[in-house]
Amino acid sequence: MNDEPDLTEPVISLRGVTAELGARPVLRGIDLTVRRGEVVALLGANGSGKSTAIRTIVGQVPPTGGEIDILGTPRRRFKQWARVGYVPQRTTAAGGVPATVAEVVSSGRLSRARFGLLRKADRTAVHHALDLVGMADHAKDSVDALSGGQHQRVLIARALASEPEVLIMDEPMAGVDLASQEVLADTLRKQVAAGASVLLVLHELGPLEPLIDRAVVLRDGCVLHDGPPPKAVGQHALPGHDHVHPHTPADAEPLRMGLLS
Amino acid sequence: MDFLDYAFMQRALLAAVLVGVTAPAVGIYLVQRRQALMGDGMGHVAMTGVGLGFLLSTSPVWMATLVCVVGSVVMELIRWYGKTRGDIALAMLFYGGMAGGVMFINLAPGGSNANLNSYLFGSLSTVSPQDVTAICVLAAFVILVTVGLRRQLFAVSQDEEFARVTGLPVRALNLLVAVTAAITVTVAMRVVGLLLVSALMVVPVAAAQQLTRSFRATFVIAVAIGVSATLGGTITSYYQDVPPGATIVLLTIALFIALTALATPLARRRVRAAATGCTLPRQATTPERPTADRVAEPAAEV
Repeated sequence: MNDEPDLTEPVISLRGVTAELGARPVLRGIDLTVRRGEVVALLGANGSGKSTAIRTIVGQVPPTGGEIDILGTPRRRFKQWARVGYVPQRTTAAGGVPATVAEVVSSGRLSRARFGLLRKADRTAVHHALDLVGMADHAKDSVDALSGGQHQRVLIARALASEPEVLIMDEPMAGVDLASQEVLADTLRKQVAAGASVLLVLHELGPLEPLIDRAVVLRDGCVLHDGPPPKAVGQHALPGHDHVHPHTPADAEPLRMGLLS
Repeated sequence: MDFLDYAFMQRALLAAVLVGVTAPAVGIYLVQRRQALMGDGMGHVAMTGVGLGFLLSTSPVWMATLVCVVGSVVMELIRWYGKTRGDIALAMLFYGGMAGGVMFINLAPGGSNANLNSYLFGSLSTVSPQDVTAICVLAAFVILVTVGLRRQLFAVSQDEEFARVTGLPVRALNLLVAVTAAITVTVAMRVVGLLLVSALMVVPVAAAQQLTRSFRATFVIAVAIGVSATLGGTITSYYQDVPPGATIVLLTIALFIALTALATPLARRRVRAAATGCTLPRQATTPERPTADRVAEPAAEV
């Protein structure tokens, strides 16, 4: 990827953003910029504020201070959500009622569909998004019947259905098997090649490492490191990895260890 | 079909069909949001409306609609702002609504708990022409919302956080679901009664889920189950002189049990059809492999 990303228009920009959950300060003045065509990984331990940072951008958590711009517009006035694809942190794409893969992915197209009417072009886009993650054969399957990795692929297809320029992903690799991780890395590679900008929360770089232009490491709601992704010399070779990896869920660990070594 | 000759039965059947359609149509979104008992809470709140209707000598149906809509808005506000104490606040609203209903109806001139009973458990044979008009208007609104906005409501009920990033007005849509559910409660209260409303919102959806893989099919089948149960229950109560509300609900539960019994072998067959068997050549197992490894294997998979 680009060693020297050109300093063009930032697609996402956070300046001095603070946020609280309950009375606890979670973000204590975050600066973060994603430029056009860049892939930025947000790293940090559990509780360091990575997910909260992402959720202030998409408006799920109201920031208590600072400024957030999306595609050059202040977040409060930003309306062109079709240009943004979002993958929330989930282990399942299912709700309380059965739904097919195509139905779930179609809801990602609503931002482009006027009055919620899905035209032929919209259906084609949904099918294309499913194709990108290798789930086209499962379009009519119930999401209840999918594996963990397939759930994540459906969530990503849903984000891609609006053909976004900016992708925001919160731990897209959580609980994903090896085959799906490779599919996801490949999907992301194609999106980046087509000019998309990506901001993603990761627990570790993993198979996405070659794609990542820049890593921002958070610790206790502050930016600890902002620069080239740390070269992995082993599994946990991030700078200050003591802080970065203390409590990965025990059940998720064995799977990932095998993938990285 | 002699029951069709009676005007009261015509009204009862029309009301029953409308309830059979609207209750599952709203209920599916509540079940999808995992708020299956929301309808039950609204039924309690509506009691205050019925009581107020008697006290102020206005139509209990319209008064219950008003109180229920206000109650649903309050419930949504509690859900937004009172995250930690939300359930306590909701409990207060529900019990307050019930107590208010009993209090107001006893304060009303000539009012007694007997009047309340016909709203608590339904009283199909006493549905007046005015009630039918109200039920038709309200049901039209409910169908318009639940069918017309199905994609938006699906997205919001499936994943609120994602829906926000598609630019949907999430709060307005949540409020709309709550208000629509409140209106459905008052539509259904003359037919199955306030205490049994929630059953018609939830059980047909749960029954339909036994057979379906898609949201669309679940919606259609749930409504079909709802209409069959309300019609079947109303006709049964005409011939057998049993309370229609209870008959309808028991019929719905019977349908749920029947469909579950039917679906279990169906699902098993579907799994068998999907599993075409292993096509890869089986790996030769080495007989001299230490047994300790094999014992450890199942534990590692857990």
